[in-house]
Amino acid sequence: MPYFRMAKLALKWAVRRPATQRYPFEPRQAIALSRGALAFAKDKCVCCTVCRKKCPTGAIGVNRTQKKWAIDRLRCISCGYCVEVCPKGALSLSTAHGIPTVTKDREIYQVETPATPKPAAAPKPVAAVAPAPGGASA
Amino acid sequence: MARTIIPFGPQHAVLPEPIMLDLVLEDEKVVEAIPSLGFVHRGLEKLVEKKDFQEFVYVAERICGICSFIHGQTYCQAIEEIMQIPVPPRALYLRTIWGELSRLHSHLLWLGLLADAFGFESLFMHSWRVREKVVKIIEATTGGRVIFGSCKVGGVRRDIDAATLQTILKEIVAIEKDMHEIVDIFLEDSSVKQRLCGVGVLSKDDAYSLGCVGPMLRASGVAQDMRQLGYGAFRDLPLEPITRPEGDSYARCYVRCQELFQSANIIRQAVARMPEGEIAVKVTGNPNGEYTARTEQPRGEVVYYVKANGTKNLQRFRVRTPTFANLPALVKLLQGCNLADVPILVLTIDPCISCTER
Repeated sequence: MPYFRMAKLALKWAVRRPATQRYPFEPRQAIALSRGALAFAKDKCVCCTVCRKKCPTGAIGVNRTQKKWAIDRLRCISCGYCVEVCPKGALSLSTAHGIPTVTKDREIYQVETPATPKPAAAPKPVAAVAPAPGGASA
Repeated sequence: MARTIIPFGPQHAVLPEPIMLDLVLEDEKVVEAIPSLGFVHRGLEKLVEKKDFQEFVYVAERICGICSFIHGQTYCQAIEEIMQIPVPPRALYLRTIWGELSRLHSHLLWLGLLADAFGFESLFMHSWRVREKVVKIIEATTGGRVIFGSCKVGGVRRDIDAATLQTILKEIVAIEKDMHEIVDIFLEDSSVKQRLCGVGVLSKDDAYSLGCVGPMLRASGVAQDMRQLGYGAFRDLPLEPITRPEGDSYARCYVRCQELFQSANIIRQAVARMPEGEIAVKVTGNPNGEYTARTEQPRGEVVYYVKANGTKNLQRFRVRTPTFANLPALVKLLQGCNLADVPILVLTIDPCISCTER
């Protein structure tokens, strides 16, 4: 019958649970491979600058002399290229989204070389340096 | 009779992206449609002079949000042909699976938009409910919902393990069942048929001479599908283009609906024949030469022209996207149609303005 084709589907879904997730009442289940915000382990980095050279958007800045590593979160596209090329495994992609930002400051980390590990401190982003065009150096 | 000009777009309820059509009307009939483009031009073709040819895959993939993967794949194919890189068979099969998943979610998105355009809200919701399942598979295998980021020059960046492939097969069966339910409504419901049958008829000769591509061309009875060229894994997978002789909006809907099942079938075959081995080869040196790559996107044939001169930056890069090829046919379709049918006709070419503007 050409009429009421939709009725069967509509009735079926009228008595079912909604197909959408009841967020925020149900927590979001992250998919394991999901490409989220870039996470940096400052105790593993050796400032080799490979990630800076390979970043397609120029979001990463590395200063070898000052041992500083910086990222411009608004430029990062979470492509994971830096994670692939990092020789020390200092970079990884988390499944969570990055925190919302209201300024264009970069997150700058003081790299702690593996030879002299310091007691673990929370990676507190310091946002003081003006964003350099092209993300040349921290 | 006095003529009226009604601007359609660049902001309109049926248009997700900006394109403007000046509709010249006599009473309720459209006599002429004058398109204007260029509202979201980004100049990506100039960017090759600044980006490394390997980095440019990311840019090529971001030409469009819906057919993203096939854009990146076509660009990689062009570079691989110039540099004579032997891509591992497993990478070709993985590319084919992701390409067909991208076709599935694009066509389901289009079906939803079409239902929305003729005012069938619940059917729109159900189409997108099914699409969500496809997008979840894409996220579970590549990490992104619409930007796959998985193709690179010389192969692919991620592998899919055997267990995940089996999960995909199970999911595809469930998705096919859901698709049968909604496709049945699109193709058989009397109210949908009244809205689509006989609206915007494009003859076979017109479709060919105006240079239509993709489902638009196949719905007018021309059996042409770029996947028959045998790129990727299509050299091993048989493919029969889905055609329909009528050339009206219903035929275009029919072709896309049947292509959903064709894509599901291709994914099933590709998983069954998936070869073992490497997923990428190391790329050394810079490309030198030129190549024109052609692939079949959800919206039709896309043409990539790449010219390299032996440096890490390309010399020239040009994309002919399917929507651009289908615009002359849209202008032709709009002549003589009713004003109320304009949204349906604009949607049946599956307009992707971001692709067109690049």
